[in-house]
Amino acid sequence: MKTATFLKGAVLAAALPMLIGAASAENVLRWTSQGDALTLDPQSQNEGPTTAMNQNIYESLVKRDWNLVLEPGLAESWTPLDDGNWEFKLRQGVKFHDGADFTAEDVVFTFNRANAASSDFKEYLKTITEVKAVDDYTVHIITDNPNPILPNELTSIFIVDKGWAERNRVVEPQDYAAKQETFAVRNANGTGPFIVEQRLPDELTVLVKNPDWWGLEDQPHNIDKIEYRPIKNAATRVAALLSGEVDFVLDPPLQDLKRIEAADGLGVKTVNQIRTIFFGMDQGIDELRSSNIKGKNPFADKRVRQAMYQALDVEAIRRVVMEGQSFPAGIITSPGVLGFTEELDERLPFDVEGAKQLMADAGYADGFSVQLDCPNNRYNNDENICQAAVAMLAKIGIDVKLEAIPKSEHFPKLQNRVTDFYMLGWGVPTLDSAYVFDFLYDSEGSWNVTGFSNARLDELAETMASETDLDKRAAMIAEAWAIAKDDIAYLPIHHQVIAWGMSDKLDMPIVANDSPHFRWARMN
Amino acid sequence: MAREEIGKSEAAPASSLETGYERLGFWARIADNDVTYSFLRSPLVMAAAGITVTFILAAVFAPLVAPFDPFDPTQISLWDGKLPPAWVQGSNPAYFLGTDDQGRDLFSTILYGGRISLLVGFAAVFLSMALGIGLGVAAGYLGGWFDAFVMRLADVQLTIPGILTAILINGIARSVLPIELRDELAIYVVILAIGFSDWPQFARVTRAAALVEAEKEYIQAARVIGLRPFIIIVRHILPNVLRPALVLATIGLALAIIAEATLSFLGQGVPPTTPSLGTLIRIGNDYLFSGLWWITLFPALALVTLVLAVNLLGDWLRDALNPKLR
Repeated sequence: MKTATFLKGAVLAAALPMLIGAASAENVLRWTSQGDALTLDPQSQNEGPTTAMNQNIYESLVKRDWNLVLEPGLAESWTPLDDGNWEFKLRQGVKFHDGADFTAEDVVFTFNRANAASSDFKEYLKTITEVKAVDDYTVHIITDNPNPILPNELTSIFIVDKGWAERNRVVEPQDYAAKQETFAVRNANGTGPFIVEQRLPDELTVLVKNPDWWGLEDQPHNIDKIEYRPIKNAATRVAALLSGEVDFVLDPPLQDLKRIEAADGLGVKTVNQIRTIFFGMDQGIDELRSSNIKGKNPFADKRVRQAMYQALDVEAIRRVVMEGQSFPAGIITSPGVLGFTEELDERLPFDVEGAKQLMADAGYADGFSVQLDCPNNRYNNDENICQAAVAMLAKIGIDVKLEAIPKSEHFPKLQNRVTDFYMLGWGVPTLDSAYVFDFLYDSEGSWNVTGFSNARLDELAETMASETDLDKRAAMIAEAWAIAKDDIAYLPIHHQVIAWGMSDKLDMPIVANDSPHFRWARMN
Repeated sequence: MAREEIGKSEAAPASSLETGYERLGFWARIADNDVTYSFLRSPLVMAAAGITVTFILAAVFAPLVAPFDPFDPTQISLWDGKLPPAWVQGSNPAYFLGTDDQGRDLFSTILYGGRISLLVGFAAVFLSMALGIGLGVAAGYLGGWFDAFVMRLADVQLTIPGILTAILINGIARSVLPIELRDELAIYVVILAIGFSDWPQFARVTRAAALVEAEKEYIQAARVIGLRPFIIIVRHILPNVLRPALVLATIGLALAIIAEATLSFLGQGVPPTTPSLGTLIRIGNDYLFSGLWWITLFPALALVTLVLAVNLLGDWLRDALNPKLR
């Protein structure tokens, strides 16, 4: 800047471009996606884009690299102890963004926070009975039974500074479903590679480089500033990328990938995502809230669920709605997750006549009406999938009224269990099927809003958490999947393929969990 | 509006003034009318009237004209989605103008969508006309604080663009309504929103006309014989201020159709399962980059044609009814 100021005095005409040159020497990465993180509170919402934003600010004890292999985060090493518990050696000399030291008491504090009633991360910690600070940089995690996949489950637990949380009265996570506002919703104090400079939800989020980040030596990124602006409209998002207004679009519409690839200086990266899109139905309630059938619940009848399953032409959705960028799914778990098999992923055949027969057998030959709740800014072409499903279900007599709303209104409907029929997508950050059972199938699962309850499946979910014999554990997972699949608790649709559109100026690896890690980004 | 209808509605208030005219028969009076004369002399206006009438008929009889019912989900097949118009390679001749992203026949959807556009347009104009004329005439005749209040209110609202008022009303209605009813009531909310945003125009015009009329001898005579103000307004002033209001209504119709399309384009209008022209254009807009131009182009052309035709009619009507321009 000194040079620029000098030149400005000497040769006025040459000064302006120099000033601009000086300004753009800073690497600013501008990116967009359809929906913003729901909150910056790291224990409030276990939701993909929220975690994707927060992991650039906060860090967990154990992280994953871009191939999703475990790597040290705030813990330098972890070893199972003889009694089946785990010892974590913490990284020394790490500071939070406000300058506070990172120590074992922050870890203990965070685990308590993640276990609070308003936390959305309790399922990750269900095997943990106690977290003990042995000294400032050693933590023992005590589990009720030996838990072989404990490190996998810690990748989503972002460490919060105890002192900061207490000062700002955010010891408990934000209660998102109750629309609570706390200090931690728009402010953050992590140890991660980027610091929050400005946070305007659904409008603009500015992150700046953390110059003191411990990982800079091993993972040198050259990003000085990140500007995130959500753009809901798909065409506008693409236009922003084509015009150079943004460098990176997390979710370009699938129909525009060819156009982006053909453009000069732009490219598309794709990878099969670990995320399955499906419909859930409240089968546990006595009477549906939005149906014309009174006094009983059609979804409680497995024949109805199977009829709906077989009426969904997922191949048409793949070809027409998804432009081929999806794989029809038989279970809510993708390839790459422990417990997934090709056999489980086979679907019941698409069969409208058979489905009509099942509806008639169940006593609903004339069909019924129900409302489908669908997000319109969360998954690839989510609203279009729902619209297609409306037409498909109409053919077996189910009159579906579609309510497509932004995810910030949609998810609370699920968490407050006020929806009869909804769309949801599920990724598996632990890469282990147990995660899916714990959240979606367990009678107590926090995202099981269907009332589905199977005693044997509950028992399996409970015992597989502590089964150290991996073969036995695999058998348990297989049995649990067989039950889940046979009961048709959910209607799986497809596994997503993710595509990132980005400028050639930006070099950043694509990750199968759809989270951009800007610590690996380089701009030129 | 059909040309006979125009002649009729405009000839009626005029006839009360021109007494010798009343001896002629009804049809003869229409044929001998200045308005009819001017209409028959202008091919452009005749074309505009033809187009408008065609649109209205097509909308009213959409279930008979359209090959498919796009609002009936059982008739939609996703496999037919994104098909181009019949003359482009890869099309299905059953879908003359192609299909949208869900496999709805575009031609049928435009007909049904035009139905919503026209319904919203007419209803909204009727609402703002009723509101505007009522307030305007009352303000002009009564005067005083009521006049000042209504006119300042109109001034304030005129400083805010109509579409913003509509978005505001729409937004409030949506947040107040329970989610379950939003889609069902969406069309009425849009009508209210547009209707309420457009009344100041009518109020101003009718107030001015009412002011003039109120000074005339026949009104003073009516007052002297002791008629109540309500009767005077309804029976004597209203028929004489209706003419400028009707001209304004024709132009207002075009604006209301545009306003509905704008709201729907912004995702604030009718839901995508029962698309209006504006919703269709919005859906198509998402596919412009990927080369599916027809989803947006044909509804847009339909909208432009309809609005242009209605506008031309309104312009002509204003000129034809204004003796100073003749």
